[in-house]
Amino acid sequence: MKLSDVKMILKAEVISGDDGLDIEVKGGAASDLMSDLLNKSKEGGLLLTGLTSIHAINTAVIGGMVAVVFVRGKKPDRAIVSLASKHKMPILSTRFNMYQSCGRLYGKGLKSIEWNS
Amino acid sequence: MGIIKEFKIQSKDFVHAGEGSMDIRNTLKSLDLDADVIQRVSICAYEAEMNVVMHGGDGIISMSQDETGVVIEVMDGGPGIDDINLALTEGYTTAGVEVQQMGFGAGMGLPNIVRNSDYFKIYSEKKKGTYLVMCFWFNNRIGNECRGRLFTLWDNHKYNEVV
Repeated sequence: MKLSDVKMILKAEVISGDDGLDIEVKGGAASDLMSDLLNKSKEGGLLLTGLTSIHAINTAVIGGMVAVVFVRGKKPDRAIVSLASKHKMPILSTRFNMYQSCGRLYGKGLKSIEWNS
Repeated sequence: MGIIKEFKIQSKDFVHAGEGSMDIRNTLKSLDLDADVIQRVSICAYEAEMNVVMHGGDGIISMSQDETGVVIEVMDGGPGIDDINLALTEGYTTAGVEVQQMGFGAGMGLPNIVRNSDYFKIYSEKKKGTYLVMCFWFNNRIGNECRGRLFTLWDNHKYNEVV
């Protein structure tokens, strides 16, 4: 699935990284606990989180993920946007909550990046 | 001769937390090394760096790399770990609310390091500090020991002088 599909499915607003919407997303991961995401590599994955701190971006970069979606309509502050731009990490915001967001993406075929199932 | 890098880690500085690990990741990427190793090194370096920021006193993270693999060492002058076996248990945490609000303190830091490194050793002394060494091998895990490796952080600073 492309990031542009994710944007459409989640009716999301692109906060930064408009030029990265063509990127391929291999699977999804969702958590507000960053260390739960760093159990192993999430190369090519999409991060869904309600955590609007710079560590959400850091974790996505360190974990090899390709984009971050903030759920529940949360908007990151300028420091987070600037860090994401520095790492060329597109960030989106959706009004759906975490459960709805995961369900919508899973239903459209985006499986877990961790288990690939 | 490979590359050796060192970064200072400031206790409780959550704004700059992770910058050392990011630099290590970028350095390894620029060398075009095995992607799996870069990924595992990044995760372990970041978790270890965040541990120092959250729990330790000020500290240092170092990376050395040669043709056989990558070694990450982390040393801090913090309070030390009360019970290392407990700290290695998934889900166990002593983190406060402030840390958990930032998405950390899930009790997965050290278990993630163990899971993603090929060799891991931890030494901790109460009221003195903690030292971690992690090794990552190229070519699918040539061995489970760091025998004969140069531990730069340990050798340059000596445990008792720093922690």
